[in-house]
Amino acid sequence: MKNRKERILPCRIFRFYYDGFREMTLGKTLWAILLIKLFVIFVILRLLFFPDALAGKSEEERGEIVRSELIKHR
Amino acid sequence: MVTDLMQSVEWSRAQFALTAIYHWLFVPLTLGLSVLCALMETQYYRTGDRFWKRTAQFWMRLFAVNFAIGVATGLILEFEFGTNWSNYSNFVGDIFGAPLAIEGIMAFFLESTFFAVMFFGWEKVSRGFHLSATWLTAIGANLSALWILVANSWMQYPVGCRFNIATVRNEMTSFWDVLLSPVAINKFSHTVTSSFLLAAIFVMGVSAWYLLRGRHRRMARSSIALASAFGFIFALVAAFSGDRSGAIVARVQPMKLAAMEALYDGREAAPLTLFGILRPEEARTSDDDAFHFKVEIPKMLSLMSFRDADAYVPGINDLVEGNEARGILSTALKMERGRHAIEQLARYHTARETGDTATMQEVERLFDPDTPEGEAFLRDYFAYFGYGYLESPRDVVPNVPLLFYAFRVMVGSGGFLLLLCAVVWWLNRRERLDKQRWLLWVMILSIPLTYLASQAGWIVAEVGRQPWAIQDLLPVHVAGSYIGSTPVAVTFFLFLALFTVLLIAEIGILCRQIKIGPKESNE
Repeated sequence: MKNRKERILPCRIFRFYYDGFREMTLGKTLWAILLIKLFVIFVILRLLFFPDALAGKSEEERGEIVRSELIKHR
Repeated sequence: MVTDLMQSVEWSRAQFALTAIYHWLFVPLTLGLSVLCALMETQYYRTGDRFWKRTAQFWMRLFAVNFAIGVATGLILEFEFGTNWSNYSNFVGDIFGAPLAIEGIMAFFLESTFFAVMFFGWEKVSRGFHLSATWLTAIGANLSALWILVANSWMQYPVGCRFNIATVRNEMTSFWDVLLSPVAINKFSHTVTSSFLLAAIFVMGVSAWYLLRGRHRRMARSSIALASAFGFIFALVAAFSGDRSGAIVARVQPMKLAAMEALYDGREAAPLTLFGILRPEEARTSDDDAFHFKVEIPKMLSLMSFRDADAYVPGINDLVEGNEARGILSTALKMERGRHAIEQLARYHTARETGDTATMQEVERLFDPDTPEGEAFLRDYFAYFGYGYLESPRDVVPNVPLLFYAFRVMVGSGGFLLLLCAVVWWLNRRERLDKQRWLLWVMILSIPLTYLASQAGWIVAEVGRQPWAIQDLLPVHVAGSYIGSTPVAVTFFLFLALFTVLLIAEIGILCRQIKIGPKESNE
């Protein structure tokens, strides 16, 4: 049963990554840095990022806003 | 409010420059080292000599450190487009979005997928499959760079697009014009090949350290042999593409070229300034008073720019004040035309608000390249749209000293590194490199020099584009979002702290791994 399961491609891919990560030495430090960095970028800095003024608006609405901005700067 | 807006734009510029500079500390080594690792593994595949396997594995370890710490630093740049540069982001429309999306979907996933096989698969997949994964990682990394550089090139030379007045977006009309524009092709080849040179110098410098310490001599000498030949070849290609770049800039961004050369008065048979010391800004008005001293090569600038030693090269004063005899429009006239184009945009905006469909259709025809009046309006007025926002004709002049010196740092360092690769390759081949301890130190000290040259190249490209975010169409101060200057300043320092910590972490881990060195042979 186990052998048959291991022949299935997704299981083999999973085992490939699982064993790879488990056997990492230097990689663990790197993954720690990577995860901390992503946490800082996506969680902490995200709180400080300015709102995207055009997010969630239709193309026409974005056009209205940007056009009035471009005219205002004359 | 205007002052706060300007301060906010200036802080946003500083923040973007900071983020880009730090990001570019990680990228070029990834681009070049991935290819060098693939070449080393190819040697292992061809010969079956396990020495090459250990060598490739060692450099892959350093590649992994650089990749892991550098990955995602570019995401912050993409966030900044939406938050700090929202007018710009909308204005560039799908032209910028398409290459970045392709980069994200294709190149990044290709790179990331095979990256795992490259690191986890040594004993789990066949040698051929592993080698393919390593090459695909290198190709993926360099393809990522292609799409980013295509987007950047469009900012320098906007082609293959059409402006939609209703959405205020530039819409792509020809993907191939955007992808294969001369600026894009040249920028890609110059950036990638100079990154290959950077990686070669990195490998040579680290190997030199081993030779100085008398450790891992075979690996060090073999790595130097490969890297110095690789570096020499790609330094030559970078020099060739740099020369092409000068010729393209002369045509599409003449002000950038004039500022790089601090050429104030246009002339035929223009000389190339090898080196010089510029006078302070207020003292510089013409070629007679621009320099304390300079060393020139006669006719070289004309030859390099237009492939004709007697060709006319316009100077800063010609481009600002105009030169009727040479068919160069004055900036004042371009400003007038740009204002007319902005007036049409304002007319359209008012017409939309009041429901005046006749005026809307009239203005839409002006922005339609398929109508005769549209073709003329786009060529004679909209082509200078960005000039309409300038306050003075002198605003089109970028920072001359920064460009002048950065250009010479890039070219001078590039020439030195080319020579270094040639000398090191020759001495290593003759087995005389180990005895030249001073040269081994030069190789180590060339690592920071190559990074400096790489950053100087980007300063030339990006500072030389100022005041434009998109050449001639959108100046930087109009491209920015209106956000308070204080929050941008605060985040500037936060990013500075984050990136500095990452850089210290990278250098620390790299030094530790270099100290540990490659696995000793036990097979």
